Amino acid sequence: MTVPKAGPAPMVSRRTFIKTMAASSGVLAVAAVLPDGVFAAEGGSTPAFPHDPVAFVRIAADNTVTVILKHLEYGQGVATGLATLVAEELDADWSQMRTEFAPAQVPLYGNLAWGETVQGTGASTSIANSWEELRYSGAAARQMLVAAAAAQWHARPDDIVVEGGVVKHAKSGRHATFGALAAEAARQPVPIEVALKDPSTFKLIGKSDIKRIDSLQKINGLAKFASDFRRPGMLRAVIARPPRFGAKLRSFDAKKAKAVKGVVEVVEVAAGVAVVASDSWSAIRGREMLKIDWDDSAAERRSTGQIMAEYKAAGNSRGVVVNRVGDSSVAMAGSAKEIEAEYTFPYLAHAPMEPLNAIVELKEGGAEIWAGSQLQTLDQGMAAQVLGLKPEQVKLHTVWAGGSFGRRATPNADYIGEAASIVKATGGKTPIHLVWTREDDLRGGRYRPMSYHKLRAGLDAEGHLISWEHRIVTQSIQVGTPLDAPLRNGLDIISAEGAANQPYGVPNQQIDVHILRSPVPVLWWRSAAHSHTGYAVESFIDEAAHAAGKDPVAFRLGLLSEQPRLAKVLRLAADKAGWDTPLPQGRGRGCAVVESFNTAVAQVAEVSIGKDGKIKVDRVVCAVDCGIAVNPDQVRSQMEGGIGFGLGAVLRNAITLADGRVEQGNFDSYVPLRLSDMPRIDVYVIDSGAHPSGVGEAGVPPIGPAVANAIFAATGRRLRDLPLSNAKMV
Amino acid sequence: MIVLRVNGQERRLDVPADMPLLWALRDHLDLTGTKFGCGIGACGSCTVLVGGVAVRSCQTPVGSIGEAMVTTIEGVKGKIAKAVQGAWQKIDVVQCGYCQTGQVLSAIALLEKSPHPTDSEIEAAMDGNVCRCATYHRIRAAIHEAARSLKG
Repeated sequence: MTVPKAGPAPMVSRRTFIKTMAASSGVLAVAAVLPDGVFAAEGGSTPAFPHDPVAFVRIAADNTVTVILKHLEYGQGVATGLATLVAEELDADWSQMRTEFAPAQVPLYGNLAWGETVQGTGASTSIANSWEELRYSGAAARQMLVAAAAAQWHARPDDIVVEGGVVKHAKSGRHATFGALAAEAARQPVPIEVALKDPSTFKLIGKSDIKRIDSLQKINGLAKFASDFRRPGMLRAVIARPPRFGAKLRSFDAKKAKAVKGVVEVVEVAAGVAVVASDSWSAIRGREMLKIDWDDSAAERRSTGQIMAEYKAAGNSRGVVVNRVGDSSVAMAGSAKEIEAEYTFPYLAHAPMEPLNAIVELKEGGAEIWAGSQLQTLDQGMAAQVLGLKPEQVKLHTVWAGGSFGRRATPNADYIGEAASIVKATGGKTPIHLVWTREDDLRGGRYRPMSYHKLRAGLDAEGHLISWEHRIVTQSIQVGTPLDAPLRNGLDIISAEGAANQPYGVPNQQIDVHILRSPVPVLWWRSAAHSHTGYAVESFIDEAAHAAGKDPVAFRLGLLSEQPRLAKVLRLAADKAGWDTPLPQGRGRGCAVVESFNTAVAQVAEVSIGKDGKIKVDRVVCAVDCGIAVNPDQVRSQMEGGIGFGLGAVLRNAITLADGRVEQGNFDSYVPLRLSDMPRIDVYVIDSGAHPSGVGEAGVPPIGPAVANAIFAATGRRLRDLPLSNAKMV
Repeated sequence: MIVLRVNGQERRLDVPADMPLLWALRDHLDLTGTKFGCGIGACGSCTVLVGGVAVRSCQTPVGSIGEAMVTTIEGVKGKIAKAVQGAWQKIDVVQCGYCQTGQVLSAIALLEKSPHPTDSEIEAAMDGNVCRCATYHRIRAAIHEAARSLKG
């Protein structure tokens, strides 16, 4: 999905449209709509307030403050971050804060970065999106609490202060909790002008002592993920899907499956054959007993080796040019030294810990869904389409999600549509919980695309980089989806993100892309194209530095004069890592710096190669500039997690096909990073004071090239084919 | 009919003896703090304690448990459990949280056996628990923190 760049937001009082509703139970509920928010579409008009507004902030008589989250929490800490924005402007006490996921409703809960037409989470947009929206909501609620206190105490609002969740009037010594004032506050006039705090007065934003709001319930087992809900009469279902992508069901025999104790029904659905049973185990066992004849005539039958050979062949000619600066071929011809390298990247699975699952229940006049939904509008729409309902007849309960890394952001709402299709095929008799097993997850597609990168660079006699050519052959994520608008004329900038706009100041550049097709479905994978373009660019710039006989950090800095944020994080990471200090024999240090999703991240990795050839990453130093860090400890946490997620993939993960069949099936063949693989990590957060940008993805891209460059420093070998475990190090 | 002792209670279940304990707990006893992650004993999300020992409930047939006490995350108690869960909060380990109940149970079992584990003991005890959010860095720190708090 494309993300418009967020401009800096002026820290001034701004006219807002605040809406409140006074619920019968004495609840103050507030929503702020920003007529000229930072994400407002060009030439866009003031969004109309919905007829039946649901608030962003709710203050109840029991003194709890509930923040309504339009974004999904799948680990990135957004529930904590968004609640912090409200608590800050409200001057609430952190212990009174609660969160709740919003219902599916656009435009009220639409992602401002996506034109408000889609409610969803992704591309690291949540904090940036809500930075003003939720602070205005909190500030408006605070103003109404103050007005209520002033009315009750016959005091001037200016004499009233709010501190730590208590409204106080110093002159009279009166004070009251938010809860005690909520009902009166709801009767106050809606504020027209709302002022936001000056950042220098922040008490919660930017402080490291705010702990995650979802922590306790996730370690005592009470947090409910989709699979933990139970509806009356609910049955469990699994689907047998074709073993080759693009195959179709010809026929099936369910006799033996139906004989399995607990199996209730076997039905054909669009995705394959669904086995419905009284519990998950019986459904899984029933599926094992199915006999299915698949029609492979339109299926993918190639191996990934064949696919890569085709990518390489395509890479011999020029693709669609996505960026051109100067004339790279003339400059290349005139260069004193020319280098060239090829890099290959495999399909990768997201493999979130919670395998995909959803509950769908047909009710009178509509349906209800429980899911860790990442694109609520599309999930709701797909369920409605399958069930023959209007979207507004589908009530979607978004719940905690056990990871995503992009997997839940499917434009065609795959698993939600599947669950709805089983409900339809079984006549809506019972609620259905669709369960994906780990094998379904790893063999079910929607992978990070494979890609082939070919780079050439030309250096002049003094070692200056004067020409840069980068060709990418890959499969597009957005072609053929509702989101393929940016792909006019084959110009798939999304697949070249991070390459088309590589940050180094080279006077002559050409970046071109070939998009090849396959029935293998692909999807955004944490950091999207940066997961491969970052590796290619940051490895090749390291090769260019070596060819120029220059230090990799100094060489990069020489080319980053127009990129002060990148230069700053790189300098900081190198400094903290002791870049210039020597390492013992057999160890090496490598760096990489990547901007993704408006966040700049540099990493320095220290690597040692064991006698058995095993690559061990001992330490990573990371520096990040994400503008104002709403919660610096959660920024660190996301960097640590991004490093671990990226490292596991580059070290040893690949989804491979043989005769069209996926060769991996579970964590024994798609081996995830484990605790003993995790390096020591030190994260340094730069507070640049800029508008906050996301951190969910930006930690991932630099780790691969930092490790590969460290391996080069240790061994003199460039590893250009991923995963790194394919290389024989001894 | 299978009789199970779970979290101090006797529970009766009409399920096949070869049904993995995981599914009996989740689908039949509604103890959903125990999670399904892989089904082959390779991720540790389904970790429970059987007689105080951390086991993978997806690999443990419900009929094989006999008299042994099953403790799930819902039933953990005592000094060590409190120290582990307290350290998890203090270090803010959690991200998506799906694997964390299994991580906590493995950590409790480790500290029961070895009150002051070294880094390599932590690796040996915790390598079977996968976290795709890669909170490992903090898991290691939280186990050391829990050990410290038990000492003090």
